[in-house]
Amino acid sequence: MLDKSATPTRSIYFSEEHEQLRAQVRRFVENEVKPHGLQWEEQGYVPREVLQKMGSLGFLGIRYPAEYGGSEMDTLGTVVLAEELGRSTFGGFAITVLVHTDMASVHIFNAGSPALKDKFMPDVVAGKKIVAVCVTEPFAGSDVKGIRTTARREGNDYVINGSKTFITNGVHADLYCVAAKTDPKAQPSQSVSMLLVEKGNSGLKVARPLDKHGWRSSDTAELHFDNCRVPAENILGQEGRGFYAIMKNFQNERTTIGAMCIGECSAALELTLDWVKSREAFGAPLWSKQAIRQRLAELAGKVEAGRQLVYHAAWLDARGFDATKEVSMVKAYCGELVNEVMYDCVQFHGGLGFMRESAIERMSRDARVQAIGGGATEVMLEEVAKRM
Amino acid sequence: MKVLVAVKRVIDFNVKARVKPDGSGIDLANVKMSMNPFDEIAVEEAIRMKEAGKATEIVAVSVGPQQASETIRTALAMGADRGILVKNDGPVEPLAVAKILKGIVDAEKPNLVILGKQAIDDDSNQTGQMLAALLNWPQGTFASKVAMEADSVSVTREIDGGLQTVKLKLPAIVTTDLRLNEPRYASLPNIMKAKKKPIDEKTPADYGVDVAPRLKVVKTAEPAGRKAGVKVDSVAALVDKLKNEAGVI
Ligand SMILES: Cc1cc2nc3c(=O)[nH]c(=O)nc-3n(C[C@H](O)[C@H](O)[C@H](O)COP(=O)(O)OP(=O)(O)OC[C@H]3O[C@@H](n4cnc5c(N)ncnc54)[C@H](O)[C@@H]3O)c2cc1C
Ligand SMILES: Cc1cc2nc3c(=O)[nH]c(=O)nc-3n(C[C@H](O)[C@H](O)[C@H](O)COP(=O)(O)OP(=O)(O)OC[C@H]3O[C@@H](n4cnc5c(N)ncnc54)[C@H](O)[C@@H]3O)c2cc1C
Repeated sequence: MLDKSATPTRSIYFSEEHEQLRAQVRRFVENEVKPHGLQWEEQGYVPREVLQKMGSLGFLGIRYPAEYGGSEMDTLGTVVLAEELGRSTFGGFAITVLVHTDMASVHIFNAGSPALKDKFMPDVVAGKKIVAVCVTEPFAGSDVKGIRTTARREGNDYVINGSKTFITNGVHADLYCVAAKTDPKAQPSQSVSMLLVEKGNSGLKVARPLDKHGWRSSDTAELHFDNCRVPAENILGQEGRGFYAIMKNFQNERTTIGAMCIGECSAALELTLDWVKSREAFGAPLWSKQAIRQRLAELAGKVEAGRQLVYHAAWLDARGFDATKEVSMVKAYCGELVNEVMYDCVQFHGGLGFMRESAIERMSRDARVQAIGGGATEVMLEEVAKRM
Repeated sequence: MKVLVAVKRVIDFNVKARVKPDGSGIDLANVKMSMNPFDEIAVEEAIRMKEAGKATEIVAVSVGPQQASETIRTALAMGADRGILVKNDGPVEPLAVAKILKGIVDAEKPNLVILGKQAIDDDSNQTGQMLAALLNWPQGTFASKVAMEADSVSVTREIDGGLQTVKLKLPAIVTTDLRLNEPRYASLPNIMKAKKKPIDEKTPADYGVDVAPRLKVVKTAEPAGRKAGVKVDSVAALVDKLKNEAGVI
């Protein structure tokens, strides 16, 4: 039986604290993000003060322990953050934060030694040190086992050589979690390790910032590791277990991206609804045309279905169930859905939707990568198919 | 020194309010509700007093349905110490709220009560004044600056002619205007801590108050859409129109 006397939130998944978090993040986005986002798009990165302000409000440590300044919430807390940041209409801002909180720093937290965690996690949660995760390479993306970067053991150090590309936060991060082959002769799945490299290491070079189709307020880099020496204690987890760590953390990354997509869809539909209700053509608002309002109603239904799938996958994860199949569905479905939604929202904006001055134009560019990054649709569908 | 703050659960300021098809009121089904923005300012002011060592305890009070406890939780997450929810499902008019607050003041004996100057749902702008009258306490309404002293409070008020400063002997009532302060965010650690702060549940009957409405809403209607304006090409043309068409100068 549902306890109807408890304060009702409108979802079986969220507590009152989740809703309070949602309200605070939404207010932050309205006041501290939307008025400045265009400038960040111009300059190509999010100012560090903004990330630190989010840190001081506890938004960067939702799941982490109190000893590091975190709030020990569950996967659904991450979903709230990602959905609300997705609603900002600035995908580049959202991904800057979410890579830090839910795709990169998780490698330090889940596998780092107690000493490494004590050293770095408080600053990570405070937004004083920003983290990047470096898996993708010029010759290996979806096929993670195919990476070529190596980390050779030399005395008490590892020496990293190779290059990484498409690395979010790659230009401005302070900490890089790098996948490298520590034993190139081992079976591919046993050959990868994760290593922590600090900015300032003379062997780490930001080769170039990348010029992107969307996510323009996010800094993305190609990185070169040239005899990059790190102490052996910078290994994140056991040697040879990196591939499994990456696969595990992908689950969280994909849930996060799914929630971000849903936030983007919701914001796009709201913007478009406002537009078609005020824009007149042929003597009446566009909303009076069935072709338009039925299509928007249909999309609203698809988005709601996606939202509930995201919540359900997150809930399974929070309860400790394996949710690989559901999470893969989330990534495949939401990454495509956000593009379908943006296509129609641009369409219903008419010529304005093609103009840089409209938010929907930017949002449609930001959406494209959601079907590629963090597990491309085709690869996600393979993961689902394997489990059918 | 104890400060009582009144917080009301209202339709969120970002929501476009819609009139119910039968004209009986505003459609609140599935609509996002939040703390009245003027009350957020009241909570913020109380917290600043506490941070400055001029207040020792902050009690947040809300009159409303069970869900109004969420509004109290927000105040607790911002920094209030405890809450009192006076549960009532139907509409409560300003006079009834003022009577309930008087009952709470009698029980709690605060030195200061801070309220929003109005709530953004019905814009009544009455509760603070009525409470002052019922208690026979001095009032400083529409505050844009509040300075606490040992046994008095100076309130700078926004009035039509500019600013007026009044000095009130404590205990007193203050109602907030928009420019008093900028309310803080509730940080996530504080949201989690607020879970453990107590909220007392009461009913209007506990204070002997009958909340039956004295007013009847006859009809609610959307405001007429604004007509498009006109552009004039010179100041002279503008003055001419204001004089001869609008008749305002
Ligand atoms: C803006 C941006 C930010 C990024 N940030 C990061 C980051 O921070 N860290 C990081 O490590 N990486 C990052 N990436 C990389 C991202 O994860 C990869 O782009 C993604 O995994 C796809 O890899 P790829 O680009 O090498 O494409 P490929 O793997 O070459 O895939 C090309 C196409 O082939 C399809 N394909 C691949 N394998 C199969 C298969 N088995 N069956 C059917 N089709 C298949 C794919 O679906 C895709 O359509 C980012 C990418 C972008 C664009
Ligand atoms: C890059 C660019 C170059 C252009 N160049 C020129 C040019 O050189 N000269 C020129 O005159 N114009 C030009 N245009 C304007 C272009 O022709 C219009 O954008 C187009 O006709 C759509 O009109 P609109 O933008 O006002 O959209 P709207 O008419 O407002 O339409 C918005 C949406 O509503 C839909 N809609 C409208 N009516 C109905 C209906 N009855 N039933 C169902 N759906 C409906 C539309 O299909 C569209 O999806 C250009 C536009 C662009 C983007």
